[in-house]
Amino acid sequence: MEAVKLNFQDKTNKALGINEEDALITKTYMIVAFTALLIGGTLGLLQGLNRAGLLELPVWFNYYQVLTAHGLLLVLVLTAFFTIGYFYAAMSHSLGGLLPKVRKMAWIGFGMKIVGFVMAVIPILLNQATVMFTFYPPMAASPWFYIGLVFIVLGVWMCAFGAFIQVANWRKNNKGQHLPIISYFATGVFVLLFFGSVPVAIEVLYIIPWSIGWIETINVMLARTLFWAFGHTLVNIWYLTALSAWYVVVPKIIGGRRFSDTLTRLVIILLVIMNIPGGFHHQIVDPGITESVKYMHVFMSLAIGFPSLMTAYAMFSVFEKTARKKGGTGIFAWFKKLPWGDVRFLAPMIAMIAFIPGGAGGIVQSTNQLNQVVHNTLWVVGHFHLTVGTTVVLTFFGISYWLVPYVSKRVLTPKINKLGVITTLIWTAGMSFMAIAMHWVGLLGSPRRTSYTTYADNATALSWDPYLMFLAVGGTLLMVGVILQVYAVVHLMFFAPKGETEFPIADVEDNASKTPMWTESWGRVVVLLLLLVAMGYVIPLVEFIGNAPPGSPPFQTW
Amino acid sequence: MMHKDEKIWLTLSFGLIMGFMLITGYQTLVLGMGPPSGMDTIDPQAVETTAPFDEPGVYQIGENEYEVVMTLQVFSFDPGDIEIPAGSTVHFTMTSKDVIHGVQIAGTNMNAMVTPGHVQRITQTFSEPGEYLMLCNEYCGTGHQFMATTITVK
Ligand SMILES: [Cu+2]
Repeated sequence: MEAVKLNFQDKTNKALGINEEDALITKTYMIVAFTALLIGGTLGLLQGLNRAGLLELPVWFNYYQVLTAHGLLLVLVLTAFFTIGYFYAAMSHSLGGLLPKVRKMAWIGFGMKIVGFVMAVIPILLNQATVMFTFYPPMAASPWFYIGLVFIVLGVWMCAFGAFIQVANWRKNNKGQHLPIISYFATGVFVLLFFGSVPVAIEVLYIIPWSIGWIETINVMLARTLFWAFGHTLVNIWYLTALSAWYVVVPKIIGGRRFSDTLTRLVIILLVIMNIPGGFHHQIVDPGITESVKYMHVFMSLAIGFPSLMTAYAMFSVFEKTARKKGGTGIFAWFKKLPWGDVRFLAPMIAMIAFIPGGAGGIVQSTNQLNQVVHNTLWVVGHFHLTVGTTVVLTFFGISYWLVPYVSKRVLTPKINKLGVITTLIWTAGMSFMAIAMHWVGLLGSPRRTSYTTYADNATALSWDPYLMFLAVGGTLLMVGVILQVYAVVHLMFFAPKGETEFPIADVEDNASKTPMWTESWGRVVVLLLLLVAMGYVIPLVEFIGNAPPGSPPFQTW
Repeated sequence: MMHKDEKIWLTLSFGLIMGFMLITGYQTLVLGMGPPSGMDTIDPQAVETTAPFDEPGVYQIGENEYEVVMTLQVFSFDPGDIEIPAGSTVHFTMTSKDVIHGVQIAGTNMNAMVTPGHVQRITQTFSEPGEYLMLCNEYCGTGHQFMATTITVK
């Protein structure tokens, strides 16, 4: 009976696509994500124009407010809502529909996140939380800003627990089987979302009583370290989300097969285990940490490069195999056989190419001496616009061209596809201008997070101006990209012709070897994750707490 | 199951990462080029009464060797507009009186975080004469973009 029922559900899933109620969750999450893109993108343009010296921002909405909101909207809202909406659709599709309980949790989580964002954004708009998205104490924002952050974290946890319940339920009903690959990615992402946000939750719960005035001083370095245990993990969560599309979706779109299932699962496990201590490289030039601890962290950060390099091999292997099957020849000529005119391929493909310099820049920043050269300069911002702004966001754009029609039961028309190709090219050009100029001028010493200034017409600072002009050019192109992308999403959600769009999941190769069962033991993965976190953080945290200097009172410096 | 080119690629990847490790280790442990890691602590609310920060300034401590005792606060470096002879090695001893600041000298590798409660130390040799721009590279408030000074090397 159970088998028949499941089979029936499989068939209805195939025939009718996603269940209406599950689709509504993803649609709502996508609307929030792309609204955040529109507002956050606009703020980005204002910043680019200011930094190039072309636009003076009003006192009541200054550069640092704009920058705080830009970061929060794009790094937190766009990415988090996209990831959760996408993986909930993926679980609904691959695990036979969401459980009613899980669906409810997704909505409660949604509500908590929205409440949290409103609570965090209002003080920003009132200039009471101009502390940047890193909110390093002892700069102290309005307590409401931090309380908002707590709600956001709780909302994310709610969605993570929903995912765990959904996956556990499937595993109970499908004993001895491998979790479908896309839900396997979802599991990895939600495990990281949960464990990665634990440190920031602790930090914020520590800051709140201090910002209210219940406790007088705060341990600055402890707060900073807790922040980065979370901060960089977050970036890698969006990266892992993009990887899921590269490994699972892109091969299907180009008419190929997936690379080794075992390797895919191993890459996910490695990224989950190694990610949290990876954030320590943000503190390479901090005081209060010994050189030997920093050196150990170089090792822990660099190790993340290994699964990424494995991914590079896997992807290009899939591309080559597929292209050769279609008659591609030569060392490089087979490249032409790939569907470059299909936005669902083009966008993630450019995203992957951008990750080559992006990943190399990551290795640079993980290494002591190179990090010292580029730390806190615009180089870092350039790196960020390559990895998150290009690699992650372009992959998300690529996903949106089939995910949005999939949940809205519409189809991607050739016209919107063409628009998507144009958007992708504009985005690529805009990000290239921005990222290359930022990397370059950063090497020359231009700092990040600074509004337009010539430091009293200092000759060195004036020599940076021509490079900064590229930020304005890049920002303008990106704004065009944002508008086109938001238009495409709205069109695909509400106006495109009705029809069925599939959730593209590539099959493994015919002669694929069997995936070993140890890949299914998430308990062991979590134990390893905690062990690595302990390896990375016990020594510095003990040092910061044990040898703590007297704490700092709150400051409002804006 | 693994192809030959896959093995080569994985070996190269592993070698690349190990190479970075070894170079970083050699720089840190053998060449003494470790990152700035000042380990002393200080009461951030008593900087002005704690030595050596009760008297910030430029002190000559040897031939071509100087110590700069410096406090960072919104939005200035104290002392500012420093002058030193070419070829000097300067040992900076720094702390913050308020929020987190970052100190960077454009055109050199000098770059460090200065956090309240800690004494940060970093050394830089200035061989070439010229005017060097020293600036704060961690957002510290509304006047962050004005937080800069110069080091003139004659
Ligand atoms: Cu400063």
